[in-house]
Amino acid sequence: MFGTHAGFILAAYGIAILVVVVLFVWIVVDGRSQRRQLAELEARGVRRRSAATSEGDRA
Amino acid sequence: MRLIDYANPTRFLGLTATVLPWLAVVTALTFAVGLYLVVFVAPADYQQGETVKIMYIHVPFAWLSMFCYVTMAGSAFGTLVWRHPLADVSAKCAAPIGAAFTFLALATGSLWGKPMWGTWWVWDARLTSVLVLFIMYLGLIALQETIEDPARAAKASAILTLVGVVNIPIIKFSVDWWNTLHQPSSVFRMGGSTIAASMLVPLLIMATAFTLLFLVLHLMAMRNEILRRRIRAMRMIEAAGAE
Repeated sequence: MFGTHAGFILAAYGIAILVVVVLFVWIVVDGRSQRRQLAELEARGVRRRSAATSEGDRA
Repeated sequence: MRLIDYANPTRFLGLTATVLPWLAVVTALTFAVGLYLVVFVAPADYQQGETVKIMYIHVPFAWLSMFCYVTMAGSAFGTLVWRHPLADVSAKCAAPIGAAFTFLALATGSLWGKPMWGTWWVWDARLTSVLVLFIMYLGLIALQETIEDPARAAKASAILTLVGVVNIPIIKFSVDWWNTLHQPSSVFRMGGSTIAASMLVPLLIMATAFTLLFLVLHLMAMRNEILRRRIRAMRMIEAAGAE
């Protein structure tokens, strides 16, 4: 289907897919890790100054 | 609401939470159309044969390697001049994506060069200047990770980013200024594109798809970085409260 240089074409597309997938998974895993850490801090009652201030304003 | 109001990280998180799923769907659809055209519709080149299919990923990666750096340079300018709250977040998050795209531009170019030029690599102006760009991305990532204080890291990396932007016109015009194995510009050039429409349309669709992919990955990474900085601030508050 890709002629005599099929190996080069498939290798180029293969490495592109591999790197893009690794990049995507890394960002998704990092996002999950950050959300988990944030939830743990909030569960311990830690609040950012700006969040604490806005809650104080509403009270 | 003015555009500048979205500089607020909380507003940015809210906006991107709404936009990202739609953007991801549009990106996937654009890739589906582009890959269909590349595999089943785009003709083989009269000289290169089917090897021209590498062009549909190599050229977008090469464009994005420069586009990503220009995005970082714009963000660096915003960091230094306006101290825009999201500018440094944008610059920092674009660097790994830019490094990945630049690596892929080099790797796919090498895999295209071997069957067409008879060599994996030559130290000519275009290839060498893109390799310099890749090393600059790695240097900026290392600099950002080395300095612990985000404000100091932002300033140092912004200055280095703006110094390095001189490499972008060198990459773009290297094929015109020096003798090189690499072909001259054939899409964006004075006098119009030299590529047949049957190849140009799939190429532009693939370039659009990869640009959308960059946007999706960049916005996702920026959201992560905002949360990382919130966590850092909360840990400092917690530590101060424990003393």
